[in-house]
Amino acid sequence: MNLVYINSTNGLSKAALETVTYAKKLGGDVAVVTNGAADSATLATLGNYGASVVLQDNSLDGQDHGQLVQLVAAAAQKVGAQTIIFSHDLIGKAVAPRLSVRLKAGLVAGAVALPEANGNIKVNVFSGKAFGYVQVKSAQRIISLLPNSIQPENNTTSCSVEAFSAQAGASAIKVLATKKPEGAIPLPEAELVVSAGRGLKGPENWGIVEDLANALGAATACSRPVADIGWRPHHEHVGQTGVAIRPNLYIAAGISGAIQHLAGVNGSKVIVVINTDAEAPFFKAADYGIVGDAFEILPRFTEAVKKFKAAQH
Amino acid sequence: MSRLAFVQAKVITLHQAAQMAELHRLKNQKIAFTNGNTQFDENGVQYIVNPYDEWYALVRALELKEAQGGNVTIITVGTTADDAVIRKALAIGADDAIRIDAPATDAYFVAMQIAEYAKGKGFDLILTGKETIDYNGSQVAGMIAEALALPYISIATKLDVAGSTISCEREIVGGMQEVELQAPAVISCAKGMAEQRIPNMRGIMAARTKPLNVVAPVAIDALTSYASYSMPAAKSSVKLIDPNNLDELVTLLHNEAKVI
Ligand SMILES: Cc1cc2nc3c(=O)[nH]c(=O)nc-3n(C[C@H](O)[C@H](O)[C@H](O)COP(=O)(O)OP(=O)(O)OC[C@H]3O[C@@H](n4cnc5c(N)ncnc54)[C@H](O)[C@@H]3O)c2cc1C
Ligand SMILES: Nc1ncnc2c1ncn2[C@@H]1O[C@H](COP(=O)(O)O)[C@@H](O)[C@H]1O
Repeated sequence: MNLVYINSTNGLSKAALETVTYAKKLGGDVAVVTNGAADSATLATLGNYGASVVLQDNSLDGQDHGQLVQLVAAAAQKVGAQTIIFSHDLIGKAVAPRLSVRLKAGLVAGAVALPEANGNIKVNVFSGKAFGYVQVKSAQRIISLLPNSIQPENNTTSCSVEAFSAQAGASAIKVLATKKPEGAIPLPEAELVVSAGRGLKGPENWGIVEDLANALGAATACSRPVADIGWRPHHEHVGQTGVAIRPNLYIAAGISGAIQHLAGVNGSKVIVVINTDAEAPFFKAADYGIVGDAFEILPRFTEAVKKFKAAQH
Repeated sequence: MSRLAFVQAKVITLHQAAQMAELHRLKNQKIAFTNGNTQFDENGVQYIVNPYDEWYALVRALELKEAQGGNVTIITVGTTADDAVIRKALAIGADDAIRIDAPATDAYFVAMQIAEYAKGKGFDLILTGKETIDYNGSQVAGMIAEALALPYISIATKLDVAGSTISCEREIVGGMQEVELQAPAVISCAKGMAEQRIPNMRGIMAARTKPLNVVAPVAIDALTSYASYSMPAAKSSVKLIDPNNLDELVTLLHNEAKVI
């Protein structure tokens, strides 16, 4: 039996569908454990990806990750889980290592693929510059899957939703405030990302970046100096010291392509670079390049996308 | 607060010269593996203190000490090869250091060694970096917290302490959150928490005489190992698009790359 933890407090994220798909592809039955008050009709749709049972504890808000450790450990025991799967997001990073100690089960952190024939699992190492193949020595194992490593896939299974309680105790964490920009696509989950750097000259020029992002349905990101000077919020900063992303498409305008920037984006499937300088290092990492002025190219790109989208309907 | 434990790791980066060469090679950087791709090739590699540990966890611990008193101890699981980076952290201002004398085999091994040492020592705060920049696991801090049954804040970008109350800002999916908890606790530290400090001559001199105690490891079996490594496939060269023909780019992204 494979057990997947998902956070369903804001509905089913793409990461949730990816982890259930991954668990199904490992072979065997898939159980899901979740906290939060999502309605059972929504949770039952996980059956479309291969889950046969969803255990829901609607009393936990998930803010104290220690309680989630208790929840997943209790569910693992109930279903007799051999493999436990998380998304390698901010919750997975906080919960999976603790569960590893609790269960003495080896953790593969940041898996990017299904196990190889010999059971070893591929992960990113050296900030995405190489891959490692992790061998787990314990009988039970935990895998946290890097978002966007596998596409959700249909596998129709009849799925029941059951109430479950882990008796997780009181929260040790008091939440004072939560700041979440409304409506924005969270960067780590975005499949399309439009990013810009110092070449954009100032925060007042970000309209053309946002226009392209809106036309594509993409999230926006930026280089580190742009966040450091305060042109853009810090949660948009990608790279070695910022968020690491691996979208299907990463469009970089006015970014030179320093190694520390690439460390956060070189997992992207396709990279488009727009830069006035034909010698900008980013072109060496790009799939498509446009040597030109972002102030002219971005609006033209936006128009071309709009034209394409209109023609599709 | 009386004692602050700061947990730090030895990590690797490349020589300055190798980095210059890298700029031209980008995706194919000079990281290499030997012994049939089972071992990291240390040739030409320079070791530094993991940036998250040094810039954020260590410096914030020192700031708290300067404001409120206390002691900052460094714990490293490693061999004599780690002593140089430990001395650097002492030069920046930590009071003393513990090196648990064993190669760091996996995150579980490292965390259990640290937890075993820290048990019963009365540390109020155990600070780690958010992740190591070589293996990027983000595992050790949570494992220490579980082994010591302590509350844990993962990826904190701000840290303050008043009496026994710890307040933190932490990253959550798509935003930030302010939280409060009671010491003792484990916190993994990220950008925003402090500013990098450069060790000065006096610090470097003082570090020479600060205690660096080597302790024997306890018997722990690693739960995982790296069986082998590989390098990403070389990137084919960039396809240049006419700046006046963005329709072509959109068509390629749709038909060829299949991403829109
Ligand atoms: C330890 C460390 C960690 C770091 N971590 C990160 C990180 O996580 N993320 C990160 O991004 N950086 C990081 N950096 C900084 C990194 O080294 C670079 O300095 C930074 O990425 C450069 O940002 P940029 O490309 O926006 O600016 P610049 O390097 O100034 O590049 C601007 C680019 O815009 C181009 N340009 C100018 N005008 C136009 C125009 N009109 N149209 C199109 N193009 C134009 C220029 O040709 C140039 O290539 C880190 C540095 C260090 C030392
Ligand atoms: N060998 C080690 N000795 C001491 N601390 C370590 C060691 N390895 C990792 N750490 C700490 O754990 C953090 C997270 O490491 P990791 O889980 O490997 O990404 C690092 O930033 C360090 O603070």
